[in-house]
Amino acid sequence: MYIIEKSLKLSENVYEIWVNAPHVTRNAKAGQFVIIRTDEKGERIPLTISCISGDLVRIIFMAVGKTTHALAAIPAGGSISDIAGPLGTPSEIKQYGTCVLVGGGVGIASTPVIAKALKEAGNRVIGILGARNANFLILEDEMAEICDELLIATDDGSKGHHGFAADLLKKKIDEEQVNAVWIIGPTIMMKVTSNATRDKGIKTFVSLNPIMVDGTGMCGSCRCVVGGKTKFACVDGPEFDAHEVDFDNLMQRQRYYMEHEKEALSTWQEHQCTCGRHE
Amino acid sequence: MGDRSVSDRLKDFEEVDMGLSQEEAIEEASRCLQCKKPGCVDGCPVNIDIPAFIALIANGDFIGAASSIREQNLLPAICGRVCPQETQCEELCILGKKETPIRIGQLERFAADQERNKGLTVPARKPKTGKRVAVIGSGPAGIVAAGELAKDGHDVVLFESLHTPGGVLTYGIPSFRLPKDVVKAEIDLILAMGVDLKLNHLVGRTVSPDELEGFDAVLLGTGAGLPYFMGIPGENLSGVYSANEFLTRVNLMHAERFPEYDTPIARLSRVVVVGGGNVAMDAARTARRMGAKVTLVYRRREEDLPARAAEVHHAKEEGVEIFTCANPVKILGEQSVTGIECIRMKMCQLDNGGRPVPEPVEGDTFTLDCDIVILAIGQGPNPVLVSQIKGVEKGRAGNVVTGEDGRTSHPKIFAAGDVTTGAATVILAMGGAKQAARSITAMFGN
Ligand SMILES: Cc1cc2nc3c(=O)[nH]c(=O)nc-3n(C[C@H](O)[C@H](O)[C@H](O)COP(=O)(O)OP(=O)(O)OC[C@H]3O[C@@H](n4cnc5c(N)ncnc54)[C@H](O)[C@@H]3O)c2cc1C
Ligand SMILES: Cc1cc2nc3c(=O)[nH]c(=O)nc-3n(C[C@H](O)[C@H](O)[C@H](O)COP(=O)(O)OP(=O)(O)OC[C@H]3O[C@@H](n4cnc5c(N)ncnc54)[C@H](O)[C@@H]3O)c2cc1C
Ligand code: SF4
Ligand code: SF4
Ligand code: FES
Ligand SMILES: [Mg+2]
Repeated sequence: MYIIEKSLKLSENVYEIWVNAPHVTRNAKAGQFVIIRTDEKGERIPLTISCISGDLVRIIFMAVGKTTHALAAIPAGGSISDIAGPLGTPSEIKQYGTCVLVGGGVGIASTPVIAKALKEAGNRVIGILGARNANFLILEDEMAEICDELLIATDDGSKGHHGFAADLLKKKIDEEQVNAVWIIGPTIMMKVTSNATRDKGIKTFVSLNPIMVDGTGMCGSCRCVVGGKTKFACVDGPEFDAHEVDFDNLMQRQRYYMEHEKEALSTWQEHQCTCGRHE
Repeated sequence: MGDRSVSDRLKDFEEVDMGLSQEEAIEEASRCLQCKKPGCVDGCPVNIDIPAFIALIANGDFIGAASSIREQNLLPAICGRVCPQETQCEELCILGKKETPIRIGQLERFAADQERNKGLTVPARKPKTGKRVAVIGSGPAGIVAAGELAKDGHDVVLFESLHTPGGVLTYGIPSFRLPKDVVKAEIDLILAMGVDLKLNHLVGRTVSPDELEGFDAVLLGTGAGLPYFMGIPGENLSGVYSANEFLTRVNLMHAERFPEYDTPIARLSRVVVVGGGNVAMDAARTARRMGAKVTLVYRRREEDLPARAAEVHHAKEEGVEIFTCANPVKILGEQSVTGIECIRMKMCQLDNGGRPVPEPVEGDTFTLDCDIVILAIGQGPNPVLVSQIKGVEKGRAGNVVTGEDGRTSHPKIFAAGDVTTGAATVILAMGGAKQAARSITAMFGN
């Protein structure tokens, strides 16, 4: 049992929790994730480590289906049955020069840890945050504090640039020398945005989010095609060279359980207060 | 008592083999000749005193029989069920030369089940030695090593990356062959000796190799859990599972009970399983229980199937169709799987192991329609930790090289089980673990 010390709502459907898990915090590095299981009948889902403070791990997640809704419903002081980690290969942190971190939607959650690590390694760090509208923008202050420069884009123009984060990235790499780029967000956004750096040959990382089970390299559920080779995202990744990733295969595999996911969510919503699993 | 009827057992995941009744056990035990030089004992990798425990069963002292087995084997209810007895103890039973060998595995299971029903007692520990040992992985190797080391009085920390201990016993072997309450009872008994089990700890990530240096000795029991893929077109389509993933979703996560349990699994209608070992049979029989029509494709002949004969028999009884001398070349489908293209294989000269080398017959292909493909073509040592540990010699397959005594080339690191041998058996993992535990205690000078 692991206690959720804090739980808050950041925006419509986006939540922040702090889980007491000293075994995870001890060795966690930028770009790694955890796998949680809410309860004895729960599934194992991966979530990025978005901040570490003492024994607490911060996780920021969007409630999209059964497990994330159930997680959001656990009040501070409540608990989850399992949290394993840190998992995955850490981000490749070194002195690149100028780095741009592009976060889209809830993918922004992954950016502060990486930004901080890049900063500490002596890089100039530029953050670009993209969201549907100003209400969905998360971690703006935190990123502003870490980054040398922070740019914002919203789809509806309610804040910052009216348009996509990709537009700002294109502009930035035209304006100045950029040595490395991270793009983290919905798969389609990572696919499209990474095209901006392809021609210029700028080193670009994306953090892939295939469906996982164990997260320890023993099932192959998370396999992705990178540079024509099959890789296990949970151990070889989740970060890979954006220009080598087969995004279409990833998107196709992510959709495989859509019908189950709808059923799981509606069953949970119907039974939420009577099934005995959720007081 | 024999096997449950096929129609009954396809409805659930309960154990197929119902074991022996007391009368049957006594009768079977009474057949034993109590050989002075028992061949059976030589066939058992942990050298259980087989005639001794069988004599106790014949006399009706079932608990005594179980205690006798426990001197050599900490997981008797498990081994009695899953050991390949027909090629070990039973193969060397003298009675096998003329008639049928003593059903040693069944008798071992019987004694262990009787003992469990009465309630197990925690084995005694020697006085504390103050030495700390890290055991990594809680499969049969890790569990047994932890138990032996705890008995010797050391402080044992057992690290497991998953949320439940047991390794393949928990996530791989289906409950219809090895009920999970049996696994749990035997593991709990070992943990009750004071082993500090740390779940959700992936060593190599949660705990760094440097931190392991803080222990007086380290035992690697991380298994061979890395699933192999074939490298054929279509392999990354949705609907292609490794046997590990498929079995883990069911055995560990209970996807067969979705949506009561949250983990999904494809709704199966037509399944092709590729492979011919125990893992392939387990996947095929699991898929049958989930209502699918199942075809197993194996590249050699039926007599070459590496799975235990009993498992092949059970699979066939349960309606698994076995297609031999064929190998997949391509998995078909746009979004998800719609079929699998196979090529016929002809058998050529024998290899070193006496099995024929299969070679494709150019141009002779055929297609099986299916919506799920399960690949059960083998597993290798899990590289996450092993690849990070320095000073330990590794073999070609990424396995850890050890001597008979479980020592690696690093003075403080020992290893046992599938991580040393590649995918093997429960009893070999246990045997290796006992040996390695003994070497650790010897190193401490106790
Ligand atoms: C390395 C990694 C890090 C992630 N970090 C975050 C994060 O920080 N914040 C966040 O909001 N989300 C993150 N995700 C995605 C998150 O795991 C899914 O949103 C979550 O599993 C959905 O579960 P659900 O039951 O609520 O929704 P469901 O309705 O079951 O699924 C919704 C969608 O989530 C994906 N998904 C479902 N099950 C899994 C699974 N077991 N593993 C991976 N993806 C799955 C599928 O694409 C699915 O269509 C991450 C994923 C990965 C692989
Ligand atoms: C489906 C299937 C059916 C089988 N049927 C039979 C049978 O009938 N009879 C038989 O004798 N054998 C059978 N086997 C083989 C047998 O199960 C294995 O030989 C045996 O389990 C090996 O034991 P082990 O302890 O070495 O490894 P495993 O059982 O694989 O256990 C390794 C454990 O280590 C954990 N681990 C790995 N890396 C780390 C890490 N870095 N940190 C922490 N934990 C880690 C894993 O999660 C796992 O729990 C079968 C195997 C499979 C897959
Ligand atoms: S442990 Fe295995 S080989 Fe040894 S006696 Fe029991 S069944 Fe036979
Ligand atoms: S070899 Fe057979 S008959 Fe002889 S002691 Fe062993 S089990 Fe009994
Ligand atoms: S999630 Fe199982 S191997 Fe990556
Ligand atoms: Mg889900």
